[in-house]
This record gives sequence, C-alpha cells and structure tokens, in this order.
Amino acid sequence: MKDAAASRMRLKGMIRKESLQILRDPSSIAIAFILPAVLLLLFGYGVSLDARHIPLGVVVDQPDTNSAGFVSVFEHSEYFDPKRFASIQAAQQAFDLREISGIVWLRSNFSEHLLAHGEAPVGVILNGVDANQARITEGYIQGAWQAWLVNYAHARGAELSIPVALETRIWFNAAVRSRNFLVPGLIAVIMTLIGAMLTSMVVAREWERGTMESLMVTPVRIGELMLGKLAPYFILGMGGMLMSVAMAVWLFDVPLRGSLWVLIAASALFMLVALGMGLLISVVAKNQFVAGQVSIITTFLPAFILSGFIFQISSMPQAIQFITHIVPARYFVAILQTLFLAGDIWPIILANSAALLLMMVIFIGLARRKLHKRLDT
Amino acid sequence: MNTLHRIIALAIKELLAILRDKKSRFVLIGPPIAQLIVFGYAATFDLNHIPVAVYNQDRSTASRELVARLTGSPHFELVAYLDHDAQVAPLINNKKALMVLHLGPQFSENLKRGITARAQLIIDGRNSNTALLAQGYLRSILTDFNLDWSRQHGGSGPPATLHIRPWYNENLLSRWFVVPGIIGLLSLVITTIVTGLSVAREREAGTFDQLLVTPLRPVEILIGKSVPGILIGLVEGSFILLMVVLWFEVPLRGSLGALYLGMFLFLLSAVGIGLMISSLAVTQQQGILGSFLFLVPAVILSGFATPISNMPEFVQQLTYANPLRYFMVILRGVFLEGDSYGLLLNQYWPMAIIAFVTLSAAGWLFRNRMN
Repeated sequence: MKDAAASRMRLKGMIRKESLQILRDPSSIAIAFILPAVLLLLFGYGVSLDARHIPLGVVVDQPDTNSAGFVSVFEHSEYFDPKRFASIQAAQQAFDLREISGIVWLRSNFSEHLLAHGEAPVGVILNGVDANQARITEGYIQGAWQAWLVNYAHARGAELSIPVALETRIWFNAAVRSRNFLVPGLIAVIMTLIGAMLTSMVVAREWERGTMESLMVTPVRIGELMLGKLAPYFILGMGGMLMSVAMAVWLFDVPLRGSLWVLIAASALFMLVALGMGLLISVVAKNQFVAGQVSIITTFLPAFILSGFIFQISSMPQAIQFITHIVPARYFVAILQTLFLAGDIWPIILANSAALLLMMVIFIGLARRKLHKRLDT
Repeated sequence: MNTLHRIIALAIKELLAILRDKKSRFVLIGPPIAQLIVFGYAATFDLNHIPVAVYNQDRSTASRELVARLTGSPHFELVAYLDHDAQVAPLINNKKALMVLHLGPQFSENLKRGITARAQLIIDGRNSNTALLAQGYLRSILTDFNLDWSRQHGGSGPPATLHIRPWYNENLLSRWFVVPGIIGLLSLVITTIVTGLSVAREREAGTFDQLLVTPLRPVEILIGKSVPGILIGLVEGSFILLMVVLWFEVPLRGSLGALYLGMFLFLLSAVGIGLMISSLAVTQQQGILGSFLFLVPAVILSGFATPISNMPEFVQQLTYANPLRYFMVILRGVFLEGDSYGLLLNQYWPMAIIAFVTLSAAGWLFRNRMN
C-alpha cells in the first residue's frame, strides 16, 4: 500500500516536472496547436485533385455552324477555359510553353465528314506529363463530347440511341470532392509529425544535458519515468487532434458520419502510437541531432506516400503493400476516412485499431527495454 | 593563409562533422536509397486489380459479354457475383469491393429493342480520385462495347469520334510523372537535414562563438557551411538520378546540363533556407522544428503529387517562394518533355533569387544573433 502511494507521488512529480518544462519552453505548445492549425489550413485549401478551368487550346481550321456547335460545349463547361488559336502551329507553341494543357483540333474536313458518313475525326492532344490529371482531363473531354452527341441528335430531331448508358452512384461522397478524403488523411499525416516531434527530442535532450543521470539516481522507476514523459505530451497531442477535427468539420465542411466517441478513442490510440514511436527514436538515437534526423526521415514522407492518404495502397506492388503495414498512419487514415465519410463500420475500425494497439505495445515495449539496458550499463 | 584555404579547411571540418558519426552517416545514406525504391513503386495514381463485384440479374449473352470485357481487363479483378440487393452495401462498406456493376433484368431485352439499356454502377467514394479513375476505366470499356454493338446490329456510329493522343507520356504512366519528382523530394530532405542543424548545434555547444573569433569572415563561414550541403546533395541527387534512369527506366529526353544547372540552383536555395533556419534557431530543438516547418509545406505545395493549378489563387502565390516548385518543373521538363536551357529560363532565375536572399540573410544572422 505504501509502495503504491509512493509510486503515485513519484509519478505526480514526474508529470509535474515535464509539464513545467513544457510551459517554460512554449515551443511544444506551438507544435501541438499552432502547427496543426497552420498545416491544416494550408493543405486543406491547397491540396486538391479536382481540376477546374483547365486551359484548353481550340483550333478550328474551317469555322462553320457545325464546328461552332462542337466548340460551344467546351465553352459552356465549368471544367474548361478554352482559348482559340488561329492555327495548329500557334496552339502547339502555347502547348510547349505550358500555357495550355491540351488542344482540341477540328480539321478543315470536319463538316464534310460529319454530313457525309459520320465518325468525323476530332484530334485531341493532351499534355501527358501529369498522367493523373491527363486522365481526368480525358474524362471531362469525353463528357463534353457526349453532351455534344446529345445536342447534335436533338438539333436534327432525332433521339440519340446509345445501346448501354451508365448510371453511376458514388457512395459516401456524391459530389466527388477530393477535399472530403484528403482532409481526414491530412489529419493523420499531421498528427504523425506532431507526435514524433513532441517526444523524439525529449529523452535525447535529457541524455545530452546529462539530466538523465540525475533522474537515474532518484527512486523513479522506468515505467514511471516513461509514463511521466508521455502523459503531458499525450494531453497536448489530443488537444491538437480535437482542434483538427473541429476544423475539418466546421471549416472544410467534411461530413462526420461516424460517432465522435469512436473517433476520440481511435485518435487516443493513434496518439499513443505516434508518441511511442518518437520515444523509441529518442531512446535509440541518444542525441538530439540524430533523433531529429531520424524523425524527419521516418515520419513525414512515409506517412505522406505509404499511408493511403493520397496514393491507393491496393494498387501498389505486393512487396510495397507489405511494407505499408509498418506505417502506423496507414491504419489511422483508413479509420479516419471511414469514420468521416462512411460511418461506424466496425469491421474496418476494429481491424485497424487492433493493428494500432499492437504497434503501440511494440513501440513502448521496445523503448522501455532500451531504456532499461542503458540503466544497467 | 588566404581566403580559399580557410574556406576549404572549414568545409572539410564541416563534412567530417557530418560524416564522422556512424549513426548520422547511416541516416544520410541508407534511408534515401530505401525510400527511393519504396516510393518509386508506391507513388502511383494508376489503378490495377480494382476489386469489383457483379450483380447481373439478366444473365443473357449480351450481359455476359459486357461482364467478360470487364473481368478481362487488367484494371479490374472480379471478387464476387451477387444475387440480391442486400449484398451490395456490406461489400462496399467493408472495402471488399471498390465498385459493384448492376445489370437489371430488362438489360438485354431493352438492348435488343433498341431502347437504351441501363447499367448501374455503385462506387466507394471514400477516395474520390480513385472513384473517378475507376469510373473512367469502366466507361471506356462501355464505350467500346457500345461501338461494337452498334456496328454489329446495323446501327451507325456516332457522327464524330475523338482521337485522343497524350504527348510526352504516351501511355499515361503516372510513375513517369512521380519518380523524377522524387529526386527533388529526397535531395531537399537531405540538404535540409545537413544544414538545418549545423549552426544550431554549434551554438548549443558553444563552438560557434569560437568560429566567429577566428580570422574567418562571415562570408567565408557561410561558404564553408554551404559546401557540404551542396556536395552531399549533388552526390545523392546524381545517384538517385541514375537509379531513376536505370532502375525505373524513365526516359531522359532533354539536356542533362540543363537538369544539373537546375539542381545546383535548387540545392543552393535549399542550403540557404537550411542555414537561415539554423542560424535563427537558438536550440537544436528549434532547428528541427524549423526544418519540419519548412519541409512539410515545401513538399506538399510543390506540385509533386497534387497540381499547383488546382490550388486557390492565394496558395498559388505562396508557392512562388518554394524552390521545389521550380525544380519539379525542371525535372519533368527535362525527363519527359525533352526541355533544354531556353524553355527553363523562367524556372532558373526565381531559384537564384531565393538562394541569394536566403544566403545573405543567413550570413547576416551569423553575426547579429550572437546573444
């Protein structure tokens, strides 16, 4: 009994010391609150895969009513910003200078073909460098072409006969706003950074300044030491997390369809994983210089590229998919995208939470073991 | 001792300080190479093996023909045949299938009578980009099906057809777009790591004050501190470049000289920013924080994964201060579009300005931020 009380007292002391340290150097508070707010604002507005007003060159070799009808569908589309060019050479020059990202070219025989036997060829040149945007542009151009087919048939008093028409229903994100899936993913990426940054420097700093030795000669046990270090940062991190969720819902209008409590529980779990990872880095690295380098390399880019936040994991080669399993952000991105857009879908939430739980045990367990060894030698 | 000697001596000392520590040496060499390989394969927008389920209530030859075209495509992988409505939701919700194609009982009857038959597609929109692309793949399968059906059943084709030709990346491989960008990404990370802490660390250890009282002038300190970052960046950048060409087989169509001029200016501006952060920071912790604060926006707002033209006007203005933005254009221009110096002029000078401003600021801060 006396032992438990003493332990509680030591723990309280540790937490108090760490909290005071945080309050004295306000940079940790800046990391937890200002950093996520700035990043989320910048990226929430900045990162988008929805192309609008694509600059498109239009060349009509022989203007007449038929070609005018074709061009007008592009002029009335919100996706395009058409620019007329007198000749294909002039258009290609603008294309080379990246002023336009595609050219639609109606040759002089367009009307003739159209009236004689149909299937009049329309040349389309796209800048394929950014393949994803080129594919999306291609889809929009096909949409414009289909709109023209309907117009053309109507103008001639005929019904357009398409053998099979596609009716698409996009679930969870009917308006296909890329922000709806990017913002929840961004929260996961940003919180990975915050968690690692908050802790990775903490232990390394104590080693470097020699205060770790001072801590060692106190009766504080390893478990208490770690708990004392994690608890204040955990609270800071959760504060930053809740602020990010509030921004996503109120500022970016991302629907939150799942329950808030599940979201908080999953976030708490993830925060522990991120902090545990930072703690492990700082215990292993032992100096701030290396700890800083390692945390930059192991957190940001992997969370950005391998988490499924922007690049679809199921399309990656098998070996790479396997590697993504060691990136904690991967599980949190899946949980967040599902909770925000689809709702409480338990099989997904539970499976990913279990993975996070396992990672937390591994990171914190390893950090504890490493710290222990150091004390023995 | 003349200026050159002093600079060389300092540069060597700086290089040794970085490379002497085994852990820090490993950090600079191991992860970038591993990340290049992993990211090179991971960072693609192209979809393959999209899990799709089919709910076909029609079961005629025509509908089977359409389904066969779908399952025969390398983009799709059939995961289930459904036989009632209630099976759709759990499949999509649990991500077992990205989309479900539903053909109603009247499908073939309508088709034969010349009435437009409806094919219903339900897609998981949690990732809207994937949803749009998957829909695009299916739509092109359907367009082909429609054309063939019309031709076989005596109908006329559409009055006009599109002949779409993508230039520079004829097969629209997004890997060709992303992988050259990784050169910029990783060399930025490495130079920032090397320079971002170099002054802060010495400040904390007190050796920076000693450096200031040596006969070295601030300009010489600046150059001596810049050289290792640029050298390491150039060496690793060249190595990654080689891998991009030989391992990932991305065509290098333009002038290598134009690429290296771009890389040099880019590294110069990255080193400038790194040193500026480092001399502003009082502690190493602040140095790390500053490096993160610069790196993360620089990468996300560079056009590496999401196009700058999609960003709102205000954010687009911000990207003009980002050296990575210009280097991305140079990398892709030289690799895929075959650009040379002339077309890239507008990318060179902004980086030169950024380098000049940040390096001057860093040099000024060396002296004026002593206390």
